[in-house]
Amino acid sequence: MSRLQVVSGKGGTGKTTVAAALALALATEGKRTLLVEVEGRQGIAQLFETEALPYEERKIAVAPGGGEVYALAIDPELALLDYLQMFYKLGSAGRALKRIGAIDFATTIAPGLRDVLLTGKACEAVRRKDRSGRFVYDHVVMDAPPTGRITRFLNVNDEVAGLAKIGPIHNQAQSVMQVLKSPETAVHLVTLLEEMPVQETADGIAELRAARLPVGRVIVNMVRPQVLDAADLEVLRTAPRTALARSLSTAGLGGARRGGSAEQLVEPLLAQAEEYAERYALEQEQRAVLGELDLPLHELPLLAEGMDVAGLYELARELRKQGWQGGS
Amino acid sequence: MSPHAARAAETGRSSAHAQDGTRRLAPARVLDVDPLLDDPGTRIIVCCGSGGVGKTTTAAALGLRAAERGRKVVVLTIDPARRLAQSMGIDSLDNVPRRVKGTEGDGELHAMMLDMKRTFDEVVEAHADPERAAAILANPFYQSLSAGFAGTQEYMAMEKLGQLRARDEWDLIVVDTPPSRSALDFLDAPKRLGSFLDGRLIRLLTAPAKLGGRAGMKFLNVGMSMMTGTLGKLLGGQLLKDVQTFVAAMDTTFGGFRARADATYKLLQAPGTAFLVVAAPERDALREAAYFVERLAAERMPLAGLVLNRVHGSGADQLSAERALAAAENLEESRIVDQGDGKAGLRNSPTQQGRSDSSAHSSVAPEPESPAGTPSPDAVDQVTAGLLRLHAERMQLLAREQRTRDRFTARHPEVAVAEVPALPGDVHDLTGLRDIGNRLADNRRELPGTDG
Ligand SMILES: Nc1ncnc2c1ncn2[C@@H]1O[C@H](COP(=O)(O)OP(=O)(O)OP(=O)(O)O)[C@@H](O)[C@H]1O
Ligand SMILES: Nc1ncnc2c1ncn2[C@@H]1O[C@H](COP(=O)(O)OP(=O)(O)O)[C@@H](O)[C@H]1O
Ligand SMILES: [Mg+2]
Ligand SMILES: [Mg+2]
Repeated sequence: MSRLQVVSGKGGTGKTTVAAALALALATEGKRTLLVEVEGRQGIAQLFETEALPYEERKIAVAPGGGEVYALAIDPELALLDYLQMFYKLGSAGRALKRIGAIDFATTIAPGLRDVLLTGKACEAVRRKDRSGRFVYDHVVMDAPPTGRITRFLNVNDEVAGLAKIGPIHNQAQSVMQVLKSPETAVHLVTLLEEMPVQETADGIAELRAARLPVGRVIVNMVRPQVLDAADLEVLRTAPRTALARSLSTAGLGGARRGGSAEQLVEPLLAQAEEYAERYALEQEQRAVLGELDLPLHELPLLAEGMDVAGLYELARELRKQGWQGGS
Repeated sequence: MSPHAARAAETGRSSAHAQDGTRRLAPARVLDVDPLLDDPGTRIIVCCGSGGVGKTTTAAALGLRAAERGRKVVVLTIDPARRLAQSMGIDSLDNVPRRVKGTEGDGELHAMMLDMKRTFDEVVEAHADPERAAAILANPFYQSLSAGFAGTQEYMAMEKLGQLRARDEWDLIVVDTPPSRSALDFLDAPKRLGSFLDGRLIRLLTAPAKLGGRAGMKFLNVGMSMMTGTLGKLLGGQLLKDVQTFVAAMDTTFGGFRARADATYKLLQAPGTAFLVVAAPERDALREAAYFVERLAAERMPLAGLVLNRVHGSGADQLSAERALAAAENLEESRIVDQGDGKAGLRNSPTQQGRSDSSAHSSVAPEPESPAGTPSPDAVDQVTAGLLRLHAERMQLLAREQRTRDRFTARHPEVAVAEVPALPGDVHDLTGLRDIGNRLADNRRELPGTDG
C-alpha cells in the first residue's frame, strides 16, 4: 500500500470527503496518518467541524482501534518562508519579505514554485522518521487539486523548468519527483456516476499515465441505493396498473378502485420509477465506461442525511470493507 | 430597496406539505421574472452562484425568454456545456456574439462564449501600437497571465461585459459568471488581480532604476537588493525580467489594471443592473448564496432574487415517507408469510391464482410470469414495495431540501425566490431552455395549494 495517497477528481465530486475518509480508514488499528490540504480552503476543518487549521500538524480524529489522524493545511507562503530560512538563513529579513508582500508575489507569479512547495511539504512528511528510525506517519493522504490541474500540479519538474536553474528549489523538485513517480505514491480519482465526471476521470488517467505518474484507484462517490433493479423495471413495464393498485391497497394505502387513494398513487409512483429507470440506465452506462479503465473500483454510498463526522466514519468503514486498509 | 425587488410579489407562500409534518410554513416572496425581463430599464442581468448550480443554464434560459418576449438580448456565457453551446451555435469560440437561430417572436437572441485569452489579447491590441502589442503578446509572463492566472477569467468576464455594454447594441445583456467555488469571486477576483498587477511591490521590483533617485525610497533601497537577490535566486532572473518588461509595456498604454477593474465594477452598481443568485437546494450552495446576498447589500448592488434550481417534487406528496415505508414493509412481510406457510397473510385481494413459489427476493432472475404474460402477484407486490421505497426516498429528499431552503429564508426573508424543478435529463437545447424559462416564470401559478 503506497504511503502517499493523492486524492483528485472533478470539482465537487467529494475529493475532500473521500480523502478524509481514507485517512481514517488507513489509521484504523493503531496506525497514524496525516491528512493534508493544499488549496487554502480549510475544507478539512469544515468537514471535521473544528476551527481553522494553522500551518501545523494537529491531531483531529481518532480512528477505530486506536489509530490517529493528524491534519495539516499547507500554506505555500509559510512553506516558502521555511525554505528561505533553511537555505539562506534570512532571520528576521524573511519576515520583512513577507510583510511587504514579496513572498506572496513570488508564489503568485510562479505557480510552479507554489506547487513544488506544497508537494515538497507532503513528501517531507512521507519520509520523516522518528529517532528510532520509524516513519512518523504510516500514510499521508492529500486532498489534491481537481483532475484538470492534477498532472501539472504533481509534475513539478516540468513546472519549475522555467525558474532559476540552480538552487534549493531545483533540488527540491528532484527529490519530490523521486517520491511522486515511485510506487510509494498512488493517485486516486473520485467520480460520480455521471457523464462529465466519468469522462474527466478517463482523461485524467490518460494524462497522469502520459506523465508517468502512478495511477491508483477510482472511487465512485455518492452512489444512490439500488431500489429497483433491471428485473423489477421489467416487471413494471408489463404489470397492469390495476394489479399495482391492488397491491398498494393490500399494503394498506386505501381503495384500489378508480379514484381510490391507492389507485391515485399508481401514476405518480410510476412516473418516479420512470425517472429512476432513466437515471439507472445512465448510471449503468457510466459503470461500464469505468469498468473499461481496468483499475480497482470502489463505491461509496450517498449518505441520505448529508455529511457529518459520523458519516465520515461510515465511509471509512465502507472503504475498509472494500479491502482498503493500511499496512506499512 | 431596488425597483426589481419591490416588484416581487409579497406572497405568503404556505407549504404544500403541511400534512407531512416535516414541513412548516415558510413564507417566502415569489420572484416574478417576466416583469424583470420586460422592463426596458433592465439592461444587465448577472447570474451568480457557486459552481455547478445552473448559472449558465439559467442565464441562457432567461436570455431566450427575454428575446422571445420581444427584446434584443445578448447572453455572455462563460463555460457552457458543449452540447448547449453547439445547439446555440456558439461553439466556434470567436469571442463575438452570434445570432441564435430558432427563436420565436420578434426579439433577437445573440450569444457568445467567453474566450479569456482572446479577450485579454484584444485589450492589449486595442491599447498599444502594433509593435508594442506584439511584444506584450509574446512576453512569457503575459502568456501565463492570460492563460489562466487566478482571477484572469473573472477579470476578462467583467472586461467583456464592459465592452458589450459600451457597444450599446442590445436592450439586455445577460451574464453568466465563471465556475468558481465562491460566488464572491466574481466581484473580488478582478480587483485582486488588478491590485496585484498594479501593486507597489511589482513596481519596485521591476523598475528599481526608475525609483532609485526619488526621495522617500531610501529605506526600500536597503531591502531592495536583498529582495531582488532572494527572488532572483528563487525565480531566476529571466522571469523577473519578463515581469518587468510586461509591466513597463502595459503601463504606458493601459492606464492601470486596478482602475479598469474599478470601472467595470461601477457598471454593476449602476441602475439597470440586476443580480440573480442561483443555488441548488443544498447546504453548501445556499450558504454561498447567503454570503453573496449579504455582500450585494453591502455594496448597494441590486438583487432581483434567488433562483433555486433543481428542486425535487413528487406527484404523490400526499403519501409521507413514513407511511410509504410502512406500507412497503407490509407487502414484504405478507410475502414472507406467503412463502412460509403458503397462506395469504395480509393479502385480501382476489388475484391469487397464478402465484408462484419463486424465491421472491432473488433480484437477478426475472420473476416467473403468470400464464397471461403479466407478472405474478408476488412479483407485483415486490415491485410495489420497491415503488414505495423509491417514493420514501424522494419524500426524504424533499423534506431535506425544504429544511435547507427554510434556513435560507429565515436568514433572508426579504429575498424573492423562484424555484425550478430538477428535470430528469440535462438541458441542452432551445426547447429545454424554453422549458426552464417557463418554469422560472411559472412560480406564481405553481403556488402550493393550487395543485392537488
Ligand atoms: N458520500 C457522500 N454522501 C453524501 N454527501 C457527500 C458524500 N460525499 C461528499 N458529499 C457532500 O458533497 C459535497 C462536496 O464534497 P467535497 O467538498 O468533499 O467535494 P470536493 O471534490 O472536495 O469539492 P471541491 O472541488 O469544491 O474541493 C459536500 O457537501 C459533501 O458533504
Ligand atoms: N433544472 C435542471 N434540471 C436538470 N438539469 C439541469 C438543471 N439545471 C441545470 N442542469 C444541468 O446541470 C449541469 C450544470 O449546469 P450549468 O448551467 O452548466 O451550471 P453552472 O454554470 O452553474 O456550472 C448541466 O448539464 C445542465 O444541463
Ligand atoms: Mg475539496
Ligand atoms: Mg457555467
